[in-house]
Amino acid sequence: MAVCIAVIAKENYPLYIRSTPTENELKFHYMVHTSLDVVDEKISAMGKALVDQRELYLGLLYPTEDYKVYGYVTNSKVKFVMVVDSSNTALRDNEIRSMFRKLHNSYTDVMCNPFYNPGDRIQSRAFDNMVTSMMIQVC
Amino acid sequence: MADAVLFEFLHTEMVAELWAPDADPGSGGKKKSWSVLEGLGFRVGQALGERLPRETLAVREELDALKFLCKDLWAAMFQKHMDGLRTNHQGTYVLQDNNFPLLLTMGSGSQYIEEAPKFLAFTCGLLCGALHTLGFRSLVTASVTALPACKFQVVMQKS
Repeated sequence: MAVCIAVIAKENYPLYIRSTPTENELKFHYMVHTSLDVVDEKISAMGKALVDQRELYLGLLYPTEDYKVYGYVTNSKVKFVMVVDSSNTALRDNEIRSMFRKLHNSYTDVMCNPFYNPGDRIQSRAFDNMVTSMMIQVC
Repeated sequence: MADAVLFEFLHTEMVAELWAPDADPGSGGKKKSWSVLEGLGFRVGQALGERLPRETLAVREELDALKFLCKDLWAAMFQKHMDGLRTNHQGTYVLQDNNFPLLLTMGSGSQYIEEAPKFLAFTCGLLCGALHTLGFRSLVTASVTALPACKFQVVMQKS
């Protein structure tokens, strides 16, 4: 259902980025890059507002004509950005949240992998398979 | 309850192995073992820092991170909370544990005090690693005055 999924490290470089229509990848890379500004804005806004319960899910970052971009930040300031096709209006907030939760769990598993050095690009096949399962349900 | 002792036994063997007599003699060898243990703890702390805080954004500032260490991390590792947390409000925190499980089996009082610090190296690394995942660079040292009580001193580094 997602068209592009990206995992961005705390220092704002990509740990993992993949998109389905592979002929126009650069456009998605650019969208993810611009969405990082919005993510930072939301994070700093949350810090100033005295909210008791802070959520990891950031919600819709910004909509474009064809796509919607959603964001999620973990406790270690690793950001997940998901680009979804706008025409797929059946996707509800809850489903996006559950997709992010699956992403977070898989990312935690990658972190706990002794063969993974924190900060490297994610090359785990299990993570790849999980992301494929999220992207494959495109119309 | 049996799960807790599994880690304690593993930890005891780790320390024994790294301080085995056929390691390089002299202070060079000892320092290397200490940093190996700290490195082990660091990587484990990094992974725990990712896995433990669930769903809600737990850490807003330094003090929240320290509270997370004292409550959540300590409860997950040693099934108890830290007994005391003090700070000078300028980046230095002292975490006091009056009944540290990894030292509990060694006896109480002043016997074995010289041997005790090496059993704290892994835990120092653990605290440092967890703080690193949460976004804080720190320096952690440990001290023992009377077994099984021990203190961990965390000094936050300004990056």
